[in-house]
Amino acid sequence: MSEILLELKGITKTFPGVKALDKVHFQLRRGEIHAIMGENGAGKSTFIKVITGVHMPDEGEIILNGKKVVFRSPLAAQREGIAAIYQNVTSYPDLSVTENIFIGHEKVERGIIQWKKMHKAAEELLRPLNVDFQPAALMGTLSVAQQQIVEIAKALSMNAQIIIMDEPTAALTNSESEELYRITERLRDEGKSIIIISHRLEDMYCLASRVTVFRDANYIGTYQVSEITPPELIKAMVGREINDLFPKPKAKIGNEVFRVESLGRTGYFKDISLSIKQREIVGLTGLVGSGRTEVVQTIFGVEPYDTGTVYLDGKAVEIHSPQDAMKLGIGLLTEDRQNQGLILDWGIGRNVTLPALAKYARGKITKDPIENMAAKALCEQMGVKAQSVFDKASSLSGGNQQKVVVAKALTSELKLLIMDEPTKGVDVGAKAAIYEVISDLIMKGMSILIISSEMPEILGMCDRIYVMHDGRLMGELDREEATQERILELAMLKKTALAVEG
Amino acid sequence: MTAHPDRSILAARNKSLKSVFMRWEFLLLGLFLAINIMNAVISPYYLNAGNLFTAINSFLVKGFIAMPMAYLLVLGDIDLSVGSTVALSATLLGVSYNAGVPMGLAILIALLCGTMCGLLNGLILTRFTELAPMIVTLGTMTLYRGISEMILGSQSTGSFHNVSWFYQIYYARLGPVPYLFFFFCLLALAFGFVLHKTIFGRQLFAIGSNRLTAKYSGVPVQRHRLICYTLMGLVCGMSGVFYSSWMGTVRFDIATGYELEAISVAVLGGISTSGGKGTFPGAIISIFIIGLLGYGLGLINVNSQTILMIIGLILIAVVMAPNLKTRRKPGIKTS
Repeated sequence: MSEILLELKGITKTFPGVKALDKVHFQLRRGEIHAIMGENGAGKSTFIKVITGVHMPDEGEIILNGKKVVFRSPLAAQREGIAAIYQNVTSYPDLSVTENIFIGHEKVERGIIQWKKMHKAAEELLRPLNVDFQPAALMGTLSVAQQQIVEIAKALSMNAQIIIMDEPTAALTNSESEELYRITERLRDEGKSIIIISHRLEDMYCLASRVTVFRDANYIGTYQVSEITPPELIKAMVGREINDLFPKPKAKIGNEVFRVESLGRTGYFKDISLSIKQREIVGLTGLVGSGRTEVVQTIFGVEPYDTGTVYLDGKAVEIHSPQDAMKLGIGLLTEDRQNQGLILDWGIGRNVTLPALAKYARGKITKDPIENMAAKALCEQMGVKAQSVFDKASSLSGGNQQKVVVAKALTSELKLLIMDEPTKGVDVGAKAAIYEVISDLIMKGMSILIISSEMPEILGMCDRIYVMHDGRLMGELDREEATQERILELAMLKKTALAVEG
Repeated sequence: MTAHPDRSILAARNKSLKSVFMRWEFLLLGLFLAINIMNAVISPYYLNAGNLFTAINSFLVKGFIAMPMAYLLVLGDIDLSVGSTVALSATLLGVSYNAGVPMGLAILIALLCGTMCGLLNGLILTRFTELAPMIVTLGTMTLYRGISEMILGSQSTGSFHNVSWFYQIYYARLGPVPYLFFFFCLLALAFGFVLHKTIFGRQLFAIGSNRLTAKYSGVPVQRHRLICYTLMGLVCGMSGVFYSSWMGTVRFDIATGYELEAISVAVLGGISTSGGKGTFPGAIISIFIIGLLGYGLGLINVNSQTILMIIGLILIAVVMAPNLKTRRKPGIKTS
């Protein structure tokens, strides 16, 4: 099974002002899972778009099944059996699963769509994928994991031989990821070839047999996964060694800063009590949908709470809006930085100063030079890669955008900073920088609450970990006693056990 | 703190001369001049200060509405009920006055009426945030107009000009310049300053650009929207007073189409209806562009329907211009 199915040789692609790919090579064998890794901006996405016919390469050739091919359009690549499943699922939420699978190649006889045949075919495609939804269900009612499975079914419906998955696990929980692993391996065993792009080393180690690394538009190398250690791989991707990915500071933990008691919001979560001390990093984890995000949004005043009390420095406080929370010194970095954290059209300077305009104004009148200097200082302190404070936020990579969002939070005097999935979709280099920032903030006397699905992050950074399941707090683990297994055990407690309890 | 001495971020923008000339306001200013020159050429009576200000005064009555409309558009909101609010405010002024209420008090009633109409729009839209402003204000547009018609029927109410000081509100002049024009300029300066130089203004842009981000950044989104809708109502009330002083009588069907004219000039001025973009000076220049164009065409006896058609075409052409410029960009490839 070492026959080469797809080969790309010396691919170069230039966009105005940027060389996105520079003489890149790639080989895919039949029945292989091959990972492509690299930092944001390394050229992975452009490379995928070359394979799928979205971009035509300036130089180099594509050899499929021993024949030289030129894909002039995505459709041409599709016809040759190449299908891509993108990071942000591009589906039609108001159409049914069947319609989504067969969109563009509906089963038509004499100009009439054959619904029965399509439903039946969809069912046949979905059955081996072990799904728990009907082909008639609306796409919008499915979870992200389920939608991805539909995308896979769509790829199979087009007889795809090569399936490309772009960050497939980015929005999935651990158990969902494992389900996806199983499906992916099954596809491989059926003889499909799979290219997987991911920031998560676990994905690569679990699935791939070989890995190709890109850096700064260049081909770095192709390695056997079994023969490369994580530090070696990171070095290949980043170009330098990262000795300690989790620089957990040895800070002197102080008195309790923040506490909530039996916080509840009907339909979302119940009876949440947690506390955070000064200079402490506390983790809040659990499966996606366990209510983690809802809890912190309530603490930040975005959503109301029905029961419970919030204490800051031992005093009961009322938080009814983000303004209230910010006045008290509580900051929130939302999970969705593109839609909730940044104004993408604005320069990074204006983004940074937005939450604290009054601080840089004289009376009610804004002063641009003062704002710009303050934004410059904060962005430099965060190590944002940008030319000027007028660079649009949309022009930055995910990691740099996250740094801008942190800079934004730092405009206020914070006691507690809540970070919802701070490193989601961020590459290794930027991750290390964000952890470094967290350590700096702790040393300055701040407290931090991290919500994360990434186990290594939670285990590596947190002093204490709270685990949620189904809107309830299932337990609290110290740094010493916390292991991946114990966390998962608490996060996945069976619903039956809960029913007995309450 | 982590030091990154190798990374320096510029905090100042180097302004090129080209960027100043390429600004939308500059283009509008050119259009404004062109229309003036055209008018002066086609009619020898155009450059008579007295006549000119008579014309300007007449379109300023609705020009006021464009100012808070600009705020609403920046927010990503819209108010279609403004014409009806003007009519209802003027109706209440007329009815109160003719029922024996002193004129000063009648004016207050009109202003209060406008404010209440705006407040109602704002309350509905900020309490039920999922409702579309266009639909809600379309509803109140017919609602407010309906109340006017119920009060007045097909009658007109008036003889306001018996009160000479009320007549003076619209007609009094300092030399050739009406006081109303000075008031308009003052108010325009205030609106422009607040939008572009204050925290409130910046927050309006933030809300229009990304409402969620604004909310998470501690901007009181719904409060600001409520303020802007209420302000819109107050200015409509003012416009109703000016209209009454101008015409001397009021019918229920006055001020129809004001909403569209206010939106048109704001859009021509470069303010995007999808929110977050635009500048105030552009909107003000546009009030004069459209107003003076209509006046100039009227001087050479172009009938009013044709004038509307021409203004419509100009609006489309001008709004299309920047799109044509950006559309061509992707074609430039270095491959």
